[in-house]
Amino acid sequence: CSYGKKFQPIENFKEKSPFWCLDGLSEEDVRGIMARSVCAKSAFELWGHGQTHSELRTSLLNYPLEHMSPFMEKHSTYRINVYTFNKTLEFTDRIKKIDALDYLPFEGTVSLKSPQHVFCLLEDYGTDPNDIPDHPYYIYFGRWIGDGQRELIRSHSVKNRHFIGNTSMDAGLSFIMANHAKVKENDVVFDPFVGTGSLLVACSQFGAYVCGSDIDYNTIHGKGRSSRKNQKWRGPDENIRANLRQYGTENMYLDVMVSDASKPVWREAALFDAIITDPPYGIRESTRRTGSHKDTAKPADGFYMESHVPVSQAYHLSDIFTDLLNFSAHRLVMGERLVYWLPVYRPDYSEEMVPLHPCLRLISNSEQTLSSHTSRRLITMEKIKEPEVCAHWGSDPSLSPYQGHNAFREKYFSGVNKRSGKEENKPEVNGE
Amino acid sequence: MKLLTHNMLTSHVKGVTKGYPLLIKATEVKMNEVEFNPQFVSRMIPKLEWSALVQAADELGQRQDLPGELVPDYEKNEDFLKKVHRLLLEVEVIEGCLQCPESGREFPISRGIPNMLLSEDEA
Repeated sequence: CSYGKKFQPIENFKEKSPFWCLDGLSEEDVRGIMARSVCAKSAFELWGHGQTHSELRTSLLNYPLEHMSPFMEKHSTYRINVYTFNKTLEFTDRIKKIDALDYLPFEGTVSLKSPQHVFCLLEDYGTDPNDIPDHPYYIYFGRWIGDGQRELIRSHSVKNRHFIGNTSMDAGLSFIMANHAKVKENDVVFDPFVGTGSLLVACSQFGAYVCGSDIDYNTIHGKGRSSRKNQKWRGPDENIRANLRQYGTENMYLDVMVSDASKPVWREAALFDAIITDPPYGIRESTRRTGSHKDTAKPADGFYMESHVPVSQAYHLSDIFTDLLNFSAHRLVMGERLVYWLPVYRPDYSEEMVPLHPCLRLISNSEQTLSSHTSRRLITMEKIKEPEVCAHWGSDPSLSPYQGHNAFREKYFSGVNKRSGKEENKPEVNGE
Repeated sequence: MKLLTHNMLTSHVKGVTKGYPLLIKATEVKMNEVEFNPQFVSRMIPKLEWSALVQAADELGQRQDLPGELVPDYEKNEDFLKKVHRLLLEVEVIEGCLQCPESGREFPISRGIPNMLLSEDEA
């Protein structure tokens, strides 16, 4: 895997452009990236570029011949594709553009069906579908190296998955999380809020052995009400193991358990190569833990599902993350990662709110907006130090600036017209 | 529940100091074929508490000829790795319970899934 390579964009790099030009990568590096990326569509070896076809031509004629010739030999076969971003081109126009490249020293023969080498003329018509120019803003020409894994988003779509829940993570985000965690073959991955196992499905696809736990008995056993519109109860083949079976990765299934994430049942050793999870936000799934009712706020009406949890206590959001970071510090292999979603009330947010831990280094923090006043942040942390035998980190409330988000559920609904406060029964599954 | 998982679980009953390993009392055990992956087994062996694995295998009557101690150079010993693979991944406790060795508290296993939840006075 080409982890650790420096990100070197060329000058005039625009992060929001669908076209990225990068330096300092070998073809092997690129293949490694494309084997895992669900964000990147295709990768090319750039031979020339320009704002007009005339500039492109000059650029291509300046590209060293010795770099071109290995792919243009007499007995080789090739084809040229034309790709236009934000514009549909007629077939005849495509052919014209290919013909206009006749100054390139191709010596081989065209094979549309199974060419040895594929080249691509890429035209950038901007990103505004309501303002498509007659001529492209920019043009590139290159040799195709490989495609990314965007097909996984379709093949693993939650829409077609056997077993889903109200908050199953969509396939694209699940794979992105697995990449953030650098999941690799033969890793052991754990999800302490596993729900219906969407994150485990993605990790198993990348060769990891997976396990999870959840406090909700029904979800773990695949029982109870269905999350699908036309289905009342879950069927017999609806559980996490069946999901892995659906995608051919049942071999990677270790175990799932009914367990309270605030009271870990794992021995304290470097057990896991990655901990990847989407903790409850207290909106569509309740936040719960076992414990006494004595000094906690009464939970909202109609919010708890039958769960075989002896007595439930509201699990404050800030405690979830304190516990999660502590758990990870004690049970991650050194140098390995924790990846999780942090719900945020945007008007109150500042970077200081992101929970920290002395044994974990913050690697990244990316926002996904949920509404005008809420978002969730994908947090990636890496274990850099073994925890010392000392006081439990996080017991000091001043060290937990996230406290204000404990009322996340109220804040989430405060900006919305107060309905009855009752949850929708079967929300639409988030599409991709 | 697989024995790889069992090897990593410990009792979290309040006040217990010697909660590992959990005793296994199985009423139904199944054998489930899992593709043999020698690299994975080699990787897992250093993470295991070997004596706990032996004890669990004995409890399930599945020990066969598994040695009481780790053999040296196990990475290249395919026979040995296959034995370990079978125990870690192919033996599954479907019904039964896990028992805390100190307090005696039982955690039920049903449909292969352990329920590790404690009640309010045990937590």
